[in-house]
Order: sequence, then C-alpha cells, then structure tokens
Amino acid sequence: MTEANTESNSAAPMIRMQAVNKHFGPLHVLKDIELEVPRGQVVIVLGPSGSGKSTLCRSINRLETIDSGVIEVDGKALPAEGKALARLRADVGMVFQQFNLFAHKSIVDNVLLAPVKVRKVSQSEARKTAMELLERVGIANQADKYPAQLSGGQQQRAAIARALAMRPKVMLFDEPTSALDPEMVQEVLDVMTSLAKEGMTMLVVTHEMGFARRAADRVIFMSDGEIVEDSTPDEFFTAPKSGRAKDFLAKILTH
Amino acid sequence: MFDFLSKYDVLGAFWVTVQLTLYAALGSLIWGTILAGFRVSPVPLLRAFGTAYINIVRNTPLTLIIVGTLLGLSQTLGVTMGTNVLDSQNFRLATLGLIAYTSTFVCESIRSGINTVPVGQAEAARALGLGFGQVLGVIVLPQAFRSVIAPLASVLIALTKNTTVASAIGVAEASFVMNNMIENESDKLFLVFGVVALGFVVLTLPTGLILGWVAKKVAVKR
Ligand SMILES: Nc1ncnc2c1ncn2[C@@H]1O[C@H](COP(=O)(O)OP(=O)(O)O)[C@@H](O)[C@H]1O
Ligand SMILES: [Mg+2]
Repeated sequence: MTEANTESNSAAPMIRMQAVNKHFGPLHVLKDIELEVPRGQVVIVLGPSGSGKSTLCRSINRLETIDSGVIEVDGKALPAEGKALARLRADVGMVFQQFNLFAHKSIVDNVLLAPVKVRKVSQSEARKTAMELLERVGIANQADKYPAQLSGGQQQRAAIARALAMRPKVMLFDEPTSALDPEMVQEVLDVMTSLAKEGMTMLVVTHEMGFARRAADRVIFMSDGEIVEDSTPDEFFTAPKSGRAKDFLAKILTH
Repeated sequence: MFDFLSKYDVLGAFWVTVQLTLYAALGSLIWGTILAGFRVSPVPLLRAFGTAYINIVRNTPLTLIIVGTLLGLSQTLGVTMGTNVLDSQNFRLATLGLIAYTSTFVCESIRSGINTVPVGQAEAARALGLGFGQVLGVIVLPQAFRSVIAPLASVLIALTKNTTVASAIGVAEASFVMNNMIENESDKLFLVFGVVALGFVVLTLPTGLILGWVAKKVAVKR
C-alpha cells in the first residue's frame, strides 16, 4: 500500500540538507544543518523544547522557508512556492502534533480528499483506498464520523492514513504523540512501527524512547539549532557523547 | 383607514425592494468572496488592491456611490447596462452600487471567518500538495463561511434597508413609494411610516431567524 513512488532517483538520499540556516528575527533557529537521510531509514529527532526540531521538520516540505543552504528531497531541490512545490509536497507525508484533520470533512473524506484533488484519482477508487488505509490503522468503523467525534489517538491514526493515501516517498512526524492522553500513545506508535518495518523513510520528532529503540535506525540530537549528536539509538541512549545530550537524557529519563 | 393604500402599488414597491436585495446579495456575496481571496492571497498586488478597495468603498457614503453609478458610469462614461429603458437601467445601476458597497462588508466578515479557521488546517492542506486556490476553496472558505453565517445575516439585513437609497436615482422601491404617499396623504403620516416599517420588519425578521438557525446547524465542531 505504501510502495515507493515510481519516478525516484535511487542514487540520491531521500532527504539532503546542506548548510541550512534559518532565523526567526534575531533568533538563529537552524545553524548550518547538515543531514542526509538515505531511503528506507528511520531517523528520530530529539532535543529540548525550542531547539529547532519542528522548524527542521517543517523546512523539509517548505512549510518554513530557509535563509540559506540547500534542501533536496529525492535528489530534487525544493522549488519556490507554486505548482512544482505542491507536487513535491504531495510526495512528502506530514503528521502534525495537533492532527489537523479537516474539521468540516468526515474521516474518510479527509483521507480521500488529496488523492482526488491533487492526484486526480476517481472518487470511487480513492474511497476504496481510503477505506483500506483506515482498516489498516484500525478505524474503518469510524469512517463516516467527523474528527471532533474521535479520540485523539483515533484522530492521529486518521491523519497518518490521510498522509499515506498520497503514497508518499517519505513521512515527516512532528511530535505525533505529544498531544495524546497517555493511554492512546501506544496505538499511534504501533501504526508508526509497522510503517517503519515496511521500509518507509521516516523522520520522526518524538521523545518516545521505546519507539526510538524499537523502530529507529538513527538518532539525531538537536540543541540550540544545531545537530549535536548523530548516532544509533543504542549508542545515544547508553553512551551519549556531549554534555548537552547527557543533561537532556537525565531530564527525560527521570520522568 | 387603510383605503389610501389601494391608490399606491405598495406590494409592487416592496417587490422591487426584494429584487434589489436578492440581486445585490448574490452579487456582493460573490464579489465579497473574491475580495476576501485577494486580501489573503500571497500576491502583494492583489492584497494591495483588496485593501485599497475596502478602505475606499466602505468609507464612502452609499448615496454617493449610487448617485455616482448614475452620474459617473452611465451619464459620463456611457455604460448602458444592456438596456435603454430608464427604469430598469437605474435599477441595474442601483444594484451595481449596492454590490460595490455591500461586498466590502461581506469581504470583511469572511476575512474574520478565515481568521477563525486554525492555521493548521491550511498547513495540512498545503502539506498534502493542494495549491493556494484549493486550500482556500476546499478547506478554508467552507469552514470560514460556516462561522460567518450569523454576521452575514446582519450584512443582509443592513443591505435590505440600504436598498432604500436606490430611490435617490429614482428606483421605485418601498421608500420611494413611501415618499409619494407622504406628499399626498400628509394626514396619515404615522400610518404610512408604520406600514413601510412593518414591511421591512416582515422582510428582515425571518432573515435573521432563519440564518441564525442555519448558523447553529452547520457550525464546525472542533
Ligand atoms: N513562527 C515563529 N516565529 C518566531 N519564532 C518562532 C516561530 N516558530 C518557532 N519559533 C522559535 O524558534 C525556536 C525553535 O522552535 P521549534 O522549531 O518549534 O522548536 P522545537 O520544535 O524543538 O520545540 C523556538 O525558540 C521558537 O520559539
Ligand atoms: Mg516542536
């Protein structure tokens, strides 16, 4: 269901960021970011609040513009706002902390909307695919409800289904479980874990250690807009190199 | 007591009021939505045009705009609006003036409605690859409209009453007939006022009630 998009540039990494800088006014939020994510890799992004994780994630599909540097997705540099950028965004799935399901559309309409409007898939075919995806994330029985009628965990699974419906090459997750009640975190992580196992390229901002250890190939630790560490989950959790990472781990592990 | 009414086409005059209201409502809904699109568009020129239009037209007295359509558009520029029959010519000019004016209020209502739609809705749509027009047309405006039905009802009620300004260029709507009646039936002044006022209440009261009900019905739950 999530087989990679046809025209892919298999030599290039899925995501490449080179010398990327970004300011919000005087605040330097991304400092000379260098990052390559090969296809099929699952990367966790960790770091204290305000360290630039969301900005990094959002810059990859240009929801945030950057001041300097290069960002490429599947070997192609991000185009300026317009048709070409919309095409690129269609190939990059994004899951938000606040779900952002379309409040005036039913769950199944949320999932089939972009395939119909962007990919010009027929309504009936899109509905069929949407129902398969909802089945897969375990909420097919909620298809005709509106987002506000679902629990947070169900909404987030619907949001993942909505992103998958575009058959993206890569998925970005920005703290997908941070807005959820604790008992709903696992159902969302399970969906993400199965996605990772199927070989989806994923960049996930999360503090869920269990998920990081189970599903991640690589951990990026950010602090003050810089990538401070770039290692395997095992290395990072058992033997962090920098003082900042040690402090950070001490804080989140005691919670 | 109401005998004098039969000498005047009161119902016909109110029918003109209703027609003015309906055509102007439809036109200003369309033009107002387009203006709102301009005001939130990523194109600076369109934004500037939208802002300038709103600030100029909204702050010009309606009478001036309507008389302006007659003097400026029709008599100076020779725009004839498809017909030469004076009556319907002025009816169309008045409709045009009402649209030009009312659309500014529609635009600002819709824009405030757009601001009630969380920014995450548009971001999610953009992230899925929808273009600006689709984000606005499929995601943002449908939600914005639902939240502005009540304010739009107020605009519609104001429009209904504003149609009386069309009498300034000789359109025989309700207040035009009222002026005739006042001239000829000066002894029945209060009666004349009462009848016309009642007519407007009959037109506007259901508007408010029905649209208020619709607004509750279609509200977006978050
Ligand atoms: N739109 C914005 N305008 C101004 N400052 C912002 C904006 N978005 C984020 N910031 C600031 O940029 C820094 C990085 O933010 P963010 O990327 O959201 O961090 P994180 O996701 O790691 O918590 C923070 O200090 C935040 O306050
Ligand atoms: Mg964040």
